[in-house]
Amino acid sequence: MKARVLGIAIILVFGAVRLPFEVRLEKEQRALHYHGAKLDLGMRQRLSQMGFVAALSGFRAVVATVLHIEAYTSWQRVEWGRLKLTYDTICALEPRNMQSWDMAAWHMAYNASVAARENKEQPRLALRLKAEREYFKLGEDFLLRGIENNPDHALLFERLATIYRDKFKDHEKASRYYEEAARRPDAMQYVHRFAVYELAKVPGREREAYERLKALYEKGEEERLPTLLRSLGELEEKLDVPKARRLYSPPPQKP
Amino acid sequence: MSRITAIASNTLLELVRQKVFYFMLLFAAIAIGVAFVASGMPFAEQFQVLKDAALGATSIFSFLLVTLATAMILPKEIEDRTLYTVLAKPVSRLEYLLGKLLGVYLLLFVAMLLMSVLFFVALFAREQLVIAATLKDYGPGPDGEAAVAAVKAAAFNWNLVPAILIIFTKSAVCAALTLMLSSFATSWIFTVMISVVIYIIGHVQPIAREAWLAQSGVNPSSVMKLFLGFTSLVFPDFQLFNIVDEIVVGNAVPGWMFGQVFALGLGYVFIYTLVGYIFFSNREL
Repeated sequence: MKARVLGIAIILVFGAVRLPFEVRLEKEQRALHYHGAKLDLGMRQRLSQMGFVAALSGFRAVVATVLHIEAYTSWQRVEWGRLKLTYDTICALEPRNMQSWDMAAWHMAYNASVAARENKEQPRLALRLKAEREYFKLGEDFLLRGIENNPDHALLFERLATIYRDKFKDHEKASRYYEEAARRPDAMQYVHRFAVYELAKVPGREREAYERLKALYEKGEEERLPTLLRSLGELEEKLDVPKARRLYSPPPQKP
Repeated sequence: MSRITAIASNTLLELVRQKVFYFMLLFAAIAIGVAFVASGMPFAEQFQVLKDAALGATSIFSFLLVTLATAMILPKEIEDRTLYTVLAKPVSRLEYLLGKLLGVYLLLFVAMLLMSVLFFVALFAREQLVIAATLKDYGPGPDGEAAVAAVKAAAFNWNLVPAILIIFTKSAVCAALTLMLSSFATSWIFTVMISVVIYIIGHVQPIAREAWLAQSGVNPSSVMKLFLGFTSLVFPDFQLFNIVDEIVVGNAVPGWMFGQVFALGLGYVFIYTLVGYIFFSNREL
């Protein structure tokens, strides 16, 4: 009896000693955006009972793997609604997995949207375009949620900017998110340029874009890429920059 | 020390004789099966799925292995009466317990080594297949080299090694915990059941701690506070060991974080072994 009391007392004292250490460690892990998965009632409804228990027991990655395979099958069968729900669950289980957010957004904004636009069962073009736009919005929503969970990486900012540029044709937002991507330590080499290219297409911000393009141009040869030179030329034309002060000279026309 | 190592090697030998390594066939089937099923996915996703499945299977198998192996040690030795023979010699109960635990750790080490080798072979084979397909698509040149570099970056990263060490540490804590339970339990089924329950509670323990310390915004009643406090102090926090998920998805985990998690694991092993010894030394045999 004495030994049992002593044993329990040691465990309790150890619990009290490790408490501040564990609280601090958890805070540090949360500061690094770990433990973002929310195993709540919503998740329970989406997972089977065993899946939920497995996720609770620290086997979230295993459950997510099975769901990845399910999502792949849904994609092959072009079941977009099911695919969306499966990715909702995968992303909730592994919110720090940028690959999942990226894949989910790609399926919605690029695959499902095209399928909706070319849906032969819907004769009305207006409804097909509406459905297409709804899938763009779903892609956008995945990326915005992904960014909330991974604000320290450039990838999802870049993907969101690309959706704004290519799908929504919203150059202002595209520029803003390329800019955000460029601020991250793992930014792609091109995003700072893309931010300015998009800004150049925003009505009323041509002067600002021109100044930034000029600054890039003046950085040296490595920044003087064909798209930058073309954008610079277009803006010089638009802003009516005097010929003598222009940086871009168009190549001579071939006879 | 030589007595502890003698008991440890004997324990390992006994466990190996029980053909516990047959589970490796199942592990290999999972690794190869997942690699095959995922082969149609985009390359980053297939590596991700393979790593998730392999490390998840490593976690499950290592937990099952140490829990079952440890839970059966003492009851089996008592049943076979070998325990009495060993303790009749100049071997203290502490040496006996440490030897048994070390034997289980050796078994865990060998099992995890084999699983890791299988995992890395499967990952390497998949990587080579993807590289070959990429080179076929892009051909030689800077574009092809960039694509191959992207494939390599998605496949293997050095953080996978500490990830495996963390799974080892977590399993080592489970083994010490099971041995502690086994030191007073009278049946191995009870020990396994309680170990599994503690394992599950250990993953939700942070929720109880958060509520107890009123960090989550809820204000529990006094009785509930008592219950939450007891849960927080008695049960281990296994969620802190789950940084493996971060590594699998390619996020950088700082070295100091690994260090702290290992240190925590070591603390748990020490305390559970100590308490296990106190229980065992007072047990009537």
